[in-house]
Amino acid sequence: MLGEVLRKPDKGKSSGVLFGDHERYVDWDGRSEDPQGSPGGALRRELEAGHSSPITEYTITQTAMKELLLGIFENPVIVYTLLALVPLIFVIPFALFAVWWERKISAHMQDRLGPMRTGGWHGWAQTIADILKLIQKEDIIPSAADRRLFKLAPYIVFAGSYAAYAAIPFSAAYIGSEINIGLFYVIAISSIVVVGLLMAGWASNNKWSLFGAMRSAAQIVSYEIPIALGLLAVVMVAGTFDLQEINRMQSGWFWNWFMFQKFPFLFLAMIVYFVASLAEVNRTPFDIPEAESELVGGYHTEYGGMRFALLFLSEYANMFAVSAVASTVFLGGWNSPFGSFLSGPVLGFFWFLAKGMAFIFVQMWLRWTLPRLRVDQLMYVGWKVLIPFGFVIVFGVGIWTLAVR
Amino acid sequence: MQLFDVVFYLFALVTIVSAGIVVFSRNVIYAAFSLLFTLFGVAALYVMLQADFLAVTQVLIYVGGILVLMLFGLMLTSRVVSVDIKGSSVQTAPALILVALVAGSLAGIFYSTWKSVPAASSAAVTTTPLLGTLLMTTYLLPFEVASVILLVTLLGAAFIARRKRKA
Repeated sequence: MLGEVLRKPDKGKSSGVLFGDHERYVDWDGRSEDPQGSPGGALRRELEAGHSSPITEYTITQTAMKELLLGIFENPVIVYTLLALVPLIFVIPFALFAVWWERKISAHMQDRLGPMRTGGWHGWAQTIADILKLIQKEDIIPSAADRRLFKLAPYIVFAGSYAAYAAIPFSAAYIGSEINIGLFYVIAISSIVVVGLLMAGWASNNKWSLFGAMRSAAQIVSYEIPIALGLLAVVMVAGTFDLQEINRMQSGWFWNWFMFQKFPFLFLAMIVYFVASLAEVNRTPFDIPEAESELVGGYHTEYGGMRFALLFLSEYANMFAVSAVASTVFLGGWNSPFGSFLSGPVLGFFWFLAKGMAFIFVQMWLRWTLPRLRVDQLMYVGWKVLIPFGFVIVFGVGIWTLAVR
Repeated sequence: MQLFDVVFYLFALVTIVSAGIVVFSRNVIYAAFSLLFTLFGVAALYVMLQADFLAVTQVLIYVGGILVLMLFGLMLTSRVVSVDIKGSSVQTAPALILVALVAGSLAGIFYSTWKSVPAASSAAVTTTPLLGTLLMTTYLLPFEVASVILLVTLLGAAFIARRKRKA
């Protein structure tokens, strides 16, 4: 049954979306045809009734996934829980890989080799060994710490960074939840991480931790504004918050990507967003919340074992989340750069991943290139450089959109 | 019971319990942190009412802005844990009158409108463009007045902070 639903709809019979075809995104009019006869007809009709966005092939694929799971478990609670865990299959291996990758990149940039022993080829199993070690560690809670908040904080941090994955379109065929305010949701939900960091820093009852948490909060609150301004410029061009819709608008060759639209405004918007997102995820040159040379480890100084692993995992999850938003909004997400060549739901995931990883690589590259900013320099960059640029971009895009109707 | 109802009662429970902690906790930090769950629960209830934009705005403004600023302020103050929260009641009579007035008017509004307000439609509607159009047309004056008030607050805060530094 899954195969039947996944099969491309016949072009003559139904006007569904054809991936790899230029005339994509046509409204699927199921009522005028025969929904009873088509597979998944009931759910399609339900979707059509309860969903304002037009039914396209990816929703049908996801519907097929849901129907398949419902057939196996016959309990919607289990099915929705399983569907919510799908991005986790991606996030955990990604974090393992990214930690190893970062160590290799840093090593090669400093003319070293990095981990070489574990696992044989270039120490590929180093982070797996690290995580196995972390799992076996004793769970230590400092005696002067606030036990309840100390235990709760890593979960809140991870919940905040994982929640963003609910609205990130991994491919044309998979997005956790296609909500029409996806982009706005991703910006908003990441602010839960800040509360978790403040909780971790305060509960540790350690001056370094508290300093780290306070710096982190001040930084993230300031840099949320340029992030929002950079993305607002795109929303003004796209006219929607829906991330799948934004992806579909950028289909075709790579000059259709929003990065190259309304030149140079959206290109500048991408730079503003990227710089501000570095601060949002506490990466160098904005890594004062966990500045090793000043604060030992910042908010996670007192954490060890699995709790530390969870904080670290959410840090890398956050890094990919902001990169995924950047690649979706500015670089066309799962769209192939070569029009219909090499495109499709599976290859779309590859393109999405490649673009996200490119941003991750730049983040790591900057970490080993630039020195750390002082607190006052940080505030200068945020309030006196990025925010004025953001306003100019939003203003310019607004004028352009009004002038060229 | 439907799945929808289960989720609703779950979030309602989270909201009410954490709101209780906010009010009754003797520890200011616990009160501030449990406000996170209250605000988040309210956002979830907005989602269940199909008010998607309002829900996300709730998270963005209240969790990302106001709650973080409150925690920030709390952590900058000394003696956070042993702060003296008054347990006795003062000025009982005016407080009772005020509470009765507010509660009475709230109940009055509730009973006069709850039958005439239509139930949230099950179809997902994109509320964002509707809200934007309303803010730019029908409610333009209140919108602008609110922004001017916020601007005045910003200027005032900057003025006070600057004057202190010079002295």
